[in-house]
Amino acid sequence: MYKIVKNEKLNEIIYSMWIEAPEVALSVQPGQFIILMITEKGERIPLTVADFNRERGLIRIVFQIVGKTSEELSTLEEGDELYSFIGPLGKKTEIENYGTVITVGGGTGIACIHSIARALKEAGNKVISIIGARNKDLIIMEEELKRVSSELIITTDDGSYGRKGFVTQALKEILDKDQAVKKVWTIGPAIMMKVTCETTKPYPVETIVSLNSVMVDGTGMCGSCRVSVGGETKFVCTDGPEFDGHLVDWEEFMNRLNRYKEQEKKSWEIYQKQVHTCKFVGGIK
Amino acid sequence: MAEMIPIKERMKRNIVPMPEQKPQDRIHNFKEVPLGYTKEQAIHEAQRCLQCKVPKCIAGCPAENNIPKFIEKIVEENFAEAYLEILKTDNLPAITGRVCLQEEQCQVVCILEKKGKPIAIGRLERFVADWARENNIHGKLPEIKRKSQKVAVVGSGPAGLTCAADLAKLGYDITIFEALHKPGGVLVYGIPEFRLPKSIVKYEINEIEKIGVKVITNFVIGAILSVDKLAQDFDAIFLANGAGAPRFMNIPGENLNDVYSANEFLIRANLMKAYSFPEYDTPIKIGKRAATIGAGNVAMDSACTALRLGAEKSYIVYRRSRKEVPARAEEVHHAEEEGILFSFLTLPVKILGDEKGNVIGMECLNMELGEPDESGRRRPIPIAGSNFVIEVDMVVDAIGTSANPIVAGSATGVETNKWGYFIVDENTKATTKEGIYAGGDIVRGSATVISAVVDGKVAARAIDEFLNSGGSLRKK
Repeated sequence: MYKIVKNEKLNEIIYSMWIEAPEVALSVQPGQFIILMITEKGERIPLTVADFNRERGLIRIVFQIVGKTSEELSTLEEGDELYSFIGPLGKKTEIENYGTVITVGGGTGIACIHSIARALKEAGNKVISIIGARNKDLIIMEEELKRVSSELIITTDDGSYGRKGFVTQALKEILDKDQAVKKVWTIGPAIMMKVTCETTKPYPVETIVSLNSVMVDGTGMCGSCRVSVGGETKFVCTDGPEFDGHLVDWEEFMNRLNRYKEQEKKSWEIYQKQVHTCKFVGGIK
Repeated sequence: MAEMIPIKERMKRNIVPMPEQKPQDRIHNFKEVPLGYTKEQAIHEAQRCLQCKVPKCIAGCPAENNIPKFIEKIVEENFAEAYLEILKTDNLPAITGRVCLQEEQCQVVCILEKKGKPIAIGRLERFVADWARENNIHGKLPEIKRKSQKVAVVGSGPAGLTCAADLAKLGYDITIFEALHKPGGVLVYGIPEFRLPKSIVKYEINEIEKIGVKVITNFVIGAILSVDKLAQDFDAIFLANGAGAPRFMNIPGENLNDVYSANEFLIRANLMKAYSFPEYDTPIKIGKRAATIGAGNVAMDSACTALRLGAEKSYIVYRRSRKEVPARAEEVHHAEEEGILFSFLTLPVKILGDEKGNVIGMECLNMELGEPDESGRRRPIPIAGSNFVIEVDMVVDAIGTSANPIVAGSATGVETNKWGYFIVDENTKATTKEGIYAGGDIVRGSATVISAVVDGKVAARAIDEFLNSGGSLRKK
């Protein structure tokens, strides 16, 4: 069993959790992911590792409530245990001293981009970070990202914080004025990564994305996560999760992300109904 | 005690048929298809055994079970002793009793096979193991001195479990590392509940744990720890991580939403219990018209699973003819009884989808049989212009697996062949690195449970010899 040592609510929908998994913490590298199950009846969900502490044997994940499993996970408290937790899975980020690089994060991707930005900075890169969200409340880890970036640009769709607009506008401006940018990493919702790749396409800048496919085992057994990259079928779990975003077949990827939308919705509705009933009964007592 | 019956009478009797769930009932549930012999049926069948002076069945049994002896114990109604007799050589009797290829092994060499009435050895083995489980009969660890050497087993499928149990019986300290959250490998993720109930797999693994084998789940060798690192802490290693990587046809449309590898389809259904969604959280596609490509046992399992999940039509699409079907005759028979539709001499060339990526059909070609190919089977040749579309809304690729490179990638000096399978000495299962052995599907490719069991046994013997003669990985 894998003990939760901290569960922190970052905003209305995003949580940060530290979990005890000493073996995983010893070998994990930035860019890799884990798969967890809450209970024996649960599903196996992949989450990119947001941070780790080798000395204390801890792994940090940052997740957003998008369905039953993530909502159930958000309710767990310090001392609770997870039924299953495996990792580190996938390939690590290729960290080198490239010169100037940009990391672009959205949603929980901000947490993942943070550990990559930190590793890039430690390798000697000049790291410019751009993070975006719908509004001020949904921006996470601003201080942490500031520490590992030479420059941090924040955008919100509604202009309630930082610059009004999307991350891609800020990205385009930098690419236009700074010819030295060698590489871009972008992690966030599929649509954001897709649009970011469209933005960088006209520039001679390699753009790396971290794909969050639907997975089951996460070790190359099932192929649930397969995606076309440059016309070839790749497994996100073992060939990725990072790929050259300009080569990803985004339409296919986004279709496959929605394979179980109906069932996921049903499962979440049933869960919420149960939780409500419990709360109601609790109230009467 | 049941009485021995005269030889003449034994020859006259017919095979006691296996009671089964009726096809019209079982296609609506995931319960086991054969129900198992009753005590009376088992005795009646066991009484037919001629107790040959030179029994051929023992040599036919890859696990080397003393078949006449356990059958004799059944006749004597001494089921506990029958169980302990099997347990001497077979660590997974309720499992092998169900999924072993008896018709090609012990039963085909039975002297009564000539009369078309071989003893139903598998059914008897299954009866004995089930009886022991229900009556709380357990094997005991032989009273021998525990040894200090440690052996690591990578993978908890039939090969790993067998090797671990055999070595534990010899007194070694054994740890199995399993990547998934439950032990059993293909026995839990691959073979469906209706062919091999998971409670039985769990029970037999528990029995193996009781004789001292430690099983660590959620531990991905190659990710958490390399084989090289493992070699620093263990005296010998047995690699039995399975083949595990799915193969696809490489035809257009294969990445559409509702196209599964058999591995994914079966892992969702079996390991994750998606057939009990939403009680279990893992979802699975309920196709109205499902096509399974391939005709091996895994294909039969996939097609029959699709049917049980609610498919109105479930097709098996196979490029060769009925004669070449590689699945067990019993599985094909069960599938036919259940109404699985076989489309032979049919080659899928394209999977068709709508704008949302959902499958709406599969384009195929008709085939004809030409000259024999290198496998000795007549080569299927596409008939040009014979294209037609099968209307389906989901497709399962059940055309085999290939080697998953995670474990091999972390094992320096352990060589693989061009397909990624470990190269081993046939007689010892030793790899190219001293002290490291390998068996099961990661050596053979997609094979059977019993061949994995045999690999585990052979490797255990060789590892014992290696350690006995002072060998150890740790000295290196």
